Amino acid sequence: MMKKQLGRILISSIFFTIALVLEINFQLPLAAFALFLVSYLLVGGDVLLRAFNNIRYGNVFDENFLMSIATIGAFIIGEYPEGVAVMLFYQVGELFQDYAVNKSRKSIADLMDIRPDYAFVQRGGELLQVEPDEVQVGEIIVIKAGERIPLDGIVKDGFSTVDTRALTGESLPRDVGPGDEILSGCINEQGLLTVEVTKEYEESTVSKILDLVENASSNKSKSEQFITSFARYYTPIVVLIAALLAVLPPIFIPGATFQTWVYRALIFLVVSCPCALVVSIPLSFFGGIGGASRKGILVKGSNYLEALAKADTFVFDKTGTLTKGVFKVQKVQPQGMSEEELLELTAYAENYSNHPISHSIKNAYNKEIDHQRVSQVQEIPGHGVSAFVDGREVLAGNFRFMEKMNISYHKEDFPGTVVHVAVNGQYAGYILIADEIKDDAQLAVSELKKANIRELVMLTGDTQLVGEKVSSELGLDKVYGELLPGDKVAKLEELLAGKSSHGKLAYVGDGINDAPVLARADIGIAMGGLGSDAAIEAADIVIMDDEPSKIATAIKIGKKTLKIARQNAIFAIGIKVGVLILSAFGLATMWEAVFADVGVTILAVLNAFRALNVGDL
Amino acid sequence: MKKSFRLDGLGCANCAAKMEKRISKLDGVSKVTVNFMTTKMVIEGEDEKMPMILEEAEKIIKKLEPQVVLGKG
Repeated sequence: MMKKQLGRILISSIFFTIALVLEINFQLPLAAFALFLVSYLLVGGDVLLRAFNNIRYGNVFDENFLMSIATIGAFIIGEYPEGVAVMLFYQVGELFQDYAVNKSRKSIADLMDIRPDYAFVQRGGELLQVEPDEVQVGEIIVIKAGERIPLDGIVKDGFSTVDTRALTGESLPRDVGPGDEILSGCINEQGLLTVEVTKEYEESTVSKILDLVENASSNKSKSEQFITSFARYYTPIVVLIAALLAVLPPIFIPGATFQTWVYRALIFLVVSCPCALVVSIPLSFFGGIGGASRKGILVKGSNYLEALAKADTFVFDKTGTLTKGVFKVQKVQPQGMSEEELLELTAYAENYSNHPISHSIKNAYNKEIDHQRVSQVQEIPGHGVSAFVDGREVLAGNFRFMEKMNISYHKEDFPGTVVHVAVNGQYAGYILIADEIKDDAQLAVSELKKANIRELVMLTGDTQLVGEKVSSELGLDKVYGELLPGDKVAKLEELLAGKSSHGKLAYVGDGINDAPVLARADIGIAMGGLGSDAAIEAADIVIMDDEPSKIATAIKIGKKTLKIARQNAIFAIGIKVGVLILSAFGLATMWEAVFADVGVTILAVLNAFRALNVGDL
Repeated sequence: MKKSFRLDGLGCANCAAKMEKRISKLDGVSKVTVNFMTTKMVIEGEDEKMPMILEEAEKIIKKLEPQVVLGKG
């Protein structure tokens, strides 16, 4: 289709060149006219045909019609070369535009390439290949090496590594084995996996992500809304002025000829098409959204991308957003024994406890527990554990436990959870357990500061002390601690009321218990969307993995996209209006008009195309 | 009820915008989006009026861009 079009344009331009030579160098106007006409019909025949068909349907203001009128008009007033040239350039422009649109459609299709085509399901002792949406919850599916995981589920059998690249933008292999949750859209890289399906296809991760990206365009940005309404008035107004320009001056201005003014009016018609704007601005946003999703950042609409570019306040949840949400031993402070001994005794005493704190102590100890060495384990709810390890009585618990047992202990406000330990009635020191700051949280904060974010705030349900420690380590501006989920909404309202009127406030959370806060902020950003439906539902922007530095990337993409959209709007409107004014005074020819229409469209589309390229952001 | 279609051959962004506007005015339609880049159209509307909506929508599409072929989305 495009090759045929290109062929027609090439042949037509050969005829056009010969015609020009005949007219200028050999003074053969009639032969030249014949060739101009052939060239014109060859390149513009389909436009004329479409214009004719559209008139029958009552579409007068479409671009085919405008182009036909302008070029036929040029022929009637004897400007043959310009009539052909306008059509030629218009078609070259259309070709370019089709190419650019096809290319971006292809990039988007590649993006959508995470859709699984089939699933192998076990039914009645047989393995059947079915469409993913035919598989029921609870059925067993089998995924071979190299295949895409069709539905969310839990691994029943087999070990493998899966590639989450399609979902997170990062090719991070993840090891899975029996009991592990597995997400659709990922690729099974090695072994054979038998998986019990936990979600129907419609509800599975892959189909949610696809749905989200495909429907992102229904939330239009202000720039897009502006262009839509601009286009609605622009064309009729320009066409109306063209009509007046053709008729009025020759009647009222002495000496003015129809020839001159019709020519000027035709220029108006060529410039009257809003194509450059209508194509390139949504394309810029689509490119931005597409590029972002390639980086594992899902944006639910152009409006959010636009808002993100204007954000000046960022409010973070602490646990799971800036910190890992996993407790880890930070400090072992013995008294009268070695660190190893304190850790060993505590790990043994805590061995039978299922509390997350016990797990982190056992993880820190990281050695096999010899059960023979522990006896008389007793858990005292709200206090701690007592046990005999190697015949020594070990008490491990909070300060209340120490007070209850009348043991004097180290008193301090700790930034985290503390387990005090006493051995044979003597205080033996404490172990500090706290959440860890994420590896790239520091990078996220410094990048955000570079992006001129006015204020970085942290909200946490944790104590003020813990909050302040994290906040000062990262260099945040404010921290509010001891907030219950309900308090967070109130705090956010306060921040919203206090921010500057044009800046936007973004809230970053994990989407697990802060859905109302996500919804209330100008922009709700959920981290770690991978595997969390709640996050995907509640947020406006979802960061698929749990790297906070992706927020800075998202801002950069938003700013770049907005800049491109603005460049295009100003460039296209500016050139068009400029050419209109020039041509009204007879200072522009149809060549400038063609540039103002087609040239601007091509340049704007090429510019919009840059939005898709987010490789270096 | 929500129905989605593929519009193969959708060539002009302005036409897509016009389609969206005109289809949204049909009786019984609650929301319609025509996505120029993914060439997907999603129509939401009342169940019992759906056959009529789809018929009218197809006419609008054919009028604006006769070369478009409606496919299953």
